[in-house]
Amino acid sequence: MRGPRRDPDMVRAYVRTRGHSSPSRDGLTLTTLVRAADRPLHGLDVEALRVMRICRGPLSIAEIASLLDLPPTVALIVVSGLLDTGHLDSPAPAGQPDISVLEEVLNGLRALAVR
Amino acid sequence: MDSVLSPSDEHLYLPATVTRSAKILIAGHFGAGKTTLVGSVSEIKPLRTEELITEASTGIDDLAGLPGKTETTVAFDFGRRTLSPQLALYLFGTPGQNRFTPFWEHLFHGALGALILVDTRRLQDSDPVLGLFEERGLPFGVAVNEFEGAPRYARDEIRQALALDDDVVLTSCDARNEVSSIHALIAFIEYLHRSRRLEHLS
Ligand SMILES: Nc1nc2c(ncn2[C@@H]2O[C@H](COP(=O)(O)OP(=O)(O)OP(=O)(O)O)[C@@H](O)[C@H]2O)c(=O)[nH]1
Ligand SMILES: [Mg+2]
Repeated sequence: MRGPRRDPDMVRAYVRTRGHSSPSRDGLTLTTLVRAADRPLHGLDVEALRVMRICRGPLSIAEIASLLDLPPTVALIVVSGLLDTGHLDSPAPAGQPDISVLEEVLNGLRALAVR
Repeated sequence: MDSVLSPSDEHLYLPATVTRSAKILIAGHFGAGKTTLVGSVSEIKPLRTEELITEASTGIDDLAGLPGKTETTVAFDFGRRTLSPQLALYLFGTPGQNRFTPFWEHLFHGALGALILVDTRRLQDSDPVLGLFEERGLPFGVAVNEFEGAPRYARDEIRQALALDDDVVLTSCDARNEVSSIHALIAFIEYLHRSRRLEHLS
């Protein structure tokens, strides 16, 4: 069975609109974490449904893109729309990292290195 | 095999307590060991994504199959490591061809910086990638990936050969080894922390 691979025409359609409709949320990045909110799914298009199905737990947009075989820019657009409609939640505001993130990363890596 | 996982593959999900992510780019010339290092540190099987880049500047018509279009694929791989109940670290292995395309903005965006791997047999191949990060102002450190059989040089010699500023961190690792790779990442993050190199993010 071929399986639900990405539809090249759909991808082209998204790519075509890319210049005109960049993700509507500023600060959305490939490492932004999202998960499904409890909302009815009717009315969503095929790509949005695939994203919703995979977002049962927290994942980054990069993971969604890779697991669904979507180009990352397409995944950003689809996720952005689903955040706008409340179908997806992002656990933390997609802010820029600050010095406290460096400290958290450092502490975490040091803990791994001494195991 | 198709890449669609069933929703019951719970191991792929982050713990529900994780609310923050951080990203470090793993860069370097062709074959420097980027994918290897990402795989050594990652808790998930490294993933890969591809983006089709249309290079001609005539817009929409490029995708309509007109002659003269140039489409290239930019591929990168990435891995993930949960560092605390709240934080996941993502490592992105950058594309082997270190030529800037607009897609690189997606890689740069929100990254703490880049650890650039070098193989001492091909030091001169690092020029384009060093240039890319210097030009962009994204902080970077350099780690010599110590392939066996590759010449060993003193740190000063490598620094000179790569024309690195004195303050740029230079370390070494065996990208195949998890702990060694983690130590290289620690040296890099310590350097970022020391120099508070986060201005690029604002
Ligand atoms: N001996 C040795 N081999 C290594 C080491 N790191 C990587 N390799 C091998 O070197 C080759 C290239 O490594 P990759 O991790 O694929 O390098 P890369 O930078 O991702 O390469 P591209 O994505 O093609 O640019 C692979 O065959 C690795 O198994 C190392 O530390 N020591
Ligand atoms: Mg690679």
